[in-house]
Amino acid sequence: MGGHTLAEKLIASHVPGSSGVRPGDLVEVNVDVVLANDITAPISLREFESLGVARVFDPEKVVLVADHFAPNKDIKSAEQCKVMREFARAQGITNHYDVGRMGIEHVLLHEQGLVLPGDVVVGADSHTCTYGALGAFATGMGSTDIAVAMATGSIWMRVPETIRFEYTGTLQPWVGGKDLILYTIGQIGVSGALYMAMEFAGPVVDGLPMADRFTMSNMAIEAGGKAGLFAVDDATREYVAGRAKRDYQVYASDADAVYARVVTMDVSGMGPQVSFPHLPENTRPVSEAAGIKVDQAVIGSCTNGRLEDLRVAAQILAGRKVHPDVRCIVIPGTQQVYLDALREGLVEAFIEAGAVVSTPTCGPCLGGHMGILAAGERAISTTNRNFRGRMGHPDSEVYLSGPAVAAASAIAGSIVHPDEVI
Amino acid sequence: MALSGQVWKYGDNVDTDAIIPARYLNMSTAEELARHCMEDIDTSFAGAVQPGDIIVGGENFGCGSSREHAPLAIKGAGVSCVIAESFARIFYRNAINIGLPILVCPEAVAGAQQGDALTVDLEAGTITNARTGEIYHTSPFPPFIMGIIQAGGLVPYTRERLQEQ
Ligand code: SF4
Repeated sequence: MGGHTLAEKLIASHVPGSSGVRPGDLVEVNVDVVLANDITAPISLREFESLGVARVFDPEKVVLVADHFAPNKDIKSAEQCKVMREFARAQGITNHYDVGRMGIEHVLLHEQGLVLPGDVVVGADSHTCTYGALGAFATGMGSTDIAVAMATGSIWMRVPETIRFEYTGTLQPWVGGKDLILYTIGQIGVSGALYMAMEFAGPVVDGLPMADRFTMSNMAIEAGGKAGLFAVDDATREYVAGRAKRDYQVYASDADAVYARVVTMDVSGMGPQVSFPHLPENTRPVSEAAGIKVDQAVIGSCTNGRLEDLRVAAQILAGRKVHPDVRCIVIPGTQQVYLDALREGLVEAFIEAGAVVSTPTCGPCLGGHMGILAAGERAISTTNRNFRGRMGHPDSEVYLSGPAVAAASAIAGSIVHPDEVI
Repeated sequence: MALSGQVWKYGDNVDTDAIIPARYLNMSTAEELARHCMEDIDTSFAGAVQPGDIIVGGENFGCGSSREHAPLAIKGAGVSCVIAESFARIFYRNAINIGLPILVCPEAVAGAQQGDALTVDLEAGTITNARTGEIYHTSPFPPFIMGIIQAGGLVPYTRERLQEQ
C-alpha cells in the first residue's frame, strides 16, 4: 500500500507499539514538548485543575511563554501572566519565559533548542506548526487539549493526509519564504490543506535558509493545515548544533510515500507577494498593490521576527527615512534577536530611519498592543493574518508581505516593490 | 439529545477573530466572552441571541487562532449547536473538547436561512428545518469522539480514564 510520509513516521514513532499509521487513524500520541502562552494557559490551567492531577507529567517538557499581552498591557493581562507564573513556580517548570527572558514563542523555542528534529510538539497556539521546519511534527490545539497533554504526556490525534509542495526554479531578488507561502496559500486557499500536513520540498527549498523555512511552516495553519513539514538536511543540522541539549531523531518520507496530492510550482517568475484584506489567500504580486497608501508598517511576529528578517528590513531602511505619514514598528522576536540586531547595528539603522523598535511581544499582530489601528487605517505587515479587525478596529485593513516589501513601503508611504526605493 | 433554536447564518471562513476579537482575550470565562461574540461581523448577535439558537456557517468555520475562547464564547451565548459545511480543525477539536456540539452538513447549510427554526437530534444525526420541512442526515461521529462527547468533554473523559488506571 505504498510507503509512509514524514508526518506518518513522526506520529508513528510516538505511538507506543505502533508498526505504522495511516491517514485517518485516530491515535494516542506521546509528546516531547507541551506549550502554552499567557492567553491560552489560564484556560489550560483551569482545566488542568479540574482533571484532579497534582503534577504535570514532566516539568522539563512543559513550556510556558508570556508573549501575547506581555509586558502586561493592562490589569487583566497582568492577572493572566500571574496565574501562569504561579503555576510554573508551583510545578517546578523551568522553561517559563517571563519578561526579560521571553520572546515570541515560535521564534523562541527552536532558538533555545527546546524543539528538535523528530519531536512531537503540541501547543495551545495555532502557529505551533512553525517547528515543522525542523522536521518535527508540531501542531496547535486548544487549551483543554493542552491541559490533558500537560497531565498525561499524550494526546489524541487524527493522522493527517499529506500534500506535497515541490518548488522548482530560481528565486528572484527580495523573494523569500514569506512570498513562497503567501503564493502557495493564494493557490490552494485558506482551507486548501484542511486537516492535512503540508510537506515543502523541491530544489528551491533545499537551498532555503532556516529562517525562511520557519516562516513557511508558520503559515501552514493559514491554509487550514495541521503541520508544515520540511525534511532534515545540512542546514537543519547546522541550526540545531550547539542548541540541542539532548539527542534527536531524523525521519524522512519514503520515496513511494502516498500523498493526497502533489503540487509542483515553478517559482522563477514570482516576484514579491502581498496578501490583500481580509484573508491570507488574497495573494497578488506586489505590482498589483502598488500605490496603496499605508499608515503603519509592522516588521516582526512569529512569521518574520527573526534576525534574518530584520537584516532584510535594515538593508532597505538604513540610510533612508520612514515616510512622514507612516508609523514603522519593528519588533525583534526574542531577546537574543534583539541583542544580535543591536550588536549588528540594525537597531541603530531602524531608529535613525525613524522607526520604533519594541521589546519582543506579539503586540500588534493580534491587535493586542504596541500599534493598534484606528478605523479606516491600513497597515502593511509581516505578520500572518489579515482577518477583519486583526490589528485593531474592525474597519482597519492589514496587507501581508515579507520584510522587504514592508520596509520599502514604510519609506514610500504606499505599497511598493523594494526596487522602487533602493 | 434534541436541540432546537433559530438560525444565525454566516458565510465561509468565519475566523476566530470574528467570533471573539483578540482584544477580549484578557478574559477567559464563557459569560464575559459571550458579550462580545461575533461583534466585529454582526453587532446584533450578542444582544439578541436566545438560548438554544443555532449558528450556521459555510466552509472552514472557526479558522485562525487556537483560542478556545471562540467556542467558549459561542457556548456562553447559549448557542446549542454549530452547523457548517466544514470546520477548521483546531476549532473542531476545541468544540468537542468543551462539549459544544458541531455538525458538518452542507445540505442543511444550503437549505437554511437567517431566522429559520431548526431541530437537531444528535444521536440520530438528523437536522429538521421547520420552515421547509426538510430533514437532513449527517454522518455520525467516530466512536472515539462520541466517547468524549458522551463523557461531557475531554476533561471528564480523561478524568475517568485516569481514575481507572
Ligand atoms: S506573533 Fe502573532 S501569530 Fe505569532 S504567536 Fe504572537 S499573536 Fe500569534
